[in-house]
Amino acid sequence: MIAIIDYGMGNLRSVSKAFEAVGHQAIVTRDAAAIRNASHVVLPGVGAFGDCMANLKQYGLIEPIKAAIQSGKPFLGICLGFQLLFTESEEFGRHEGLDLFPGKVRAFAKGQALKVPHMGWNQVNIQRPCPLFEGIADGSNWYFVHSFFVDPGDKQITATTTNYGIPFASSIWKDNVVACQFHPEKSQAVGLQLIKNFGAWK
Amino acid sequence: MLTKRIIPCLDVKEGRVVKGVSFVNLRDAGDPVEAAVGYDQEGADELCFLDITASHENRKTIIDVVERTAARVFMPVTVGGGVRTIEDIRALLNAGADKVSINTAAIQRSEFVREAAQRFGTQCIVVAIDAKSVAPDRWEIFTHGGRKQTGLDVVEWATRMEGYGAGEILLTSMDQDGRQTGYDLDLTAAVSGAVSIPVIASGGVGTLDHLYDGFVKGNADAVLAASIFHFRTYTIPQAKAYLRERGVPVRLEFPVKAA
Repeated sequence: MIAIIDYGMGNLRSVSKAFEAVGHQAIVTRDAAAIRNASHVVLPGVGAFGDCMANLKQYGLIEPIKAAIQSGKPFLGICLGFQLLFTESEEFGRHEGLDLFPGKVRAFAKGQALKVPHMGWNQVNIQRPCPLFEGIADGSNWYFVHSFFVDPGDKQITATTTNYGIPFASSIWKDNVVACQFHPEKSQAVGLQLIKNFGAWK
Repeated sequence: MLTKRIIPCLDVKEGRVVKGVSFVNLRDAGDPVEAAVGYDQEGADELCFLDITASHENRKTIIDVVERTAARVFMPVTVGGGVRTIEDIRALLNAGADKVSINTAAIQRSEFVREAAQRFGTQCIVVAIDAKSVAPDRWEIFTHGGRKQTGLDVVEWATRMEGYGAGEILLTSMDQDGRQTGYDLDLTAAVSGAVSIPVIASGGVGTLDHLYDGFVKGNADAVLAASIFHFRTYTIPQAKAYLRERGVPVRLEFPVKAA
């Protein structure tokens, strides 16, 4: 069973429906035992970084998330669920993240030439062959909607990059953890393929 | 490179698709969920539902449409029409919408936009503006289907809404809407140049050239159209092929087979 962590942020229905659509069973939960017993864990999320961390604390989800990652079971972070894994964010001041990976969440330099949020379909360039990208063409278009990007301290973990004014890490992969800035649950065929790959990942 | 988005819009009334011509003479044209699936299969970049009678009627109808759509299509969905409270937004996002568009409620109380953006994040708050030309290079906001003048300058308002946390502007020309003679390109360029959030051009598309002009002359980040797609004058792949040939970056991968 795949556990999608519900901490009161954003559209979880699309994530769970996407798993269903490719034949994987998923539950939306904030129950620590359900997360512990799950075969796979997904941390989604949209909204503000600080609010998300506050909600994770309030619902007692920080330890279950850390335990899930340490247990070695497949873990997928999406959008804010990707950013939260890092040390800190500069969104509306400075906020501490889960610090599971070193790195900072930075703002795009807003301007006339660069509309922020980065919203729409952009190319994802594969840097390392990650199992979740099996059957997905290099340079495919994915749906993004974000104003901040992850700058990993360890560049080796970058799985894909995307250009928006600057090249940034659009996903990372380390051991049992894959996390992405784009939204697979909103990226039509390529997105469903990644979700299918994740559910089948051991 | 970020591609330019093509967004078909479905006007929904009592759970059925209609298309207003300058917001009157509505024509019934089918089930919104089926239409959404069709656009998904064609590779539309996003989808917009506009609940045109939401201010008067039961909101549960649109929630049901959004829920059923989210179970079948995996692309971004924006819902507008009658969004007035934080609870309205929460219900739509929980049903599976990614963004909500706020129109009249922002004009009645602009702080609502700030509250909504703080609560749900800038990325899901679209401010919709219905604009009419009042003088050369000057546009004002109109509400109530274009009947009520507000005295608000469109460019100033768009800038203010960006400051309040809007993540995107959906800009409709009430002069052009339903005419099929093209977007108001001066209006679109004026707003797009004044803000640094994405701008969606809307109102007036009749040909593929109008889409091209919206991007190239109007500097729009996305274009919204209803009739030309819904009545199958053109398909989404035709529109994208046309734009790609003329150098506009669009996404061409053939999309998902519906689950």
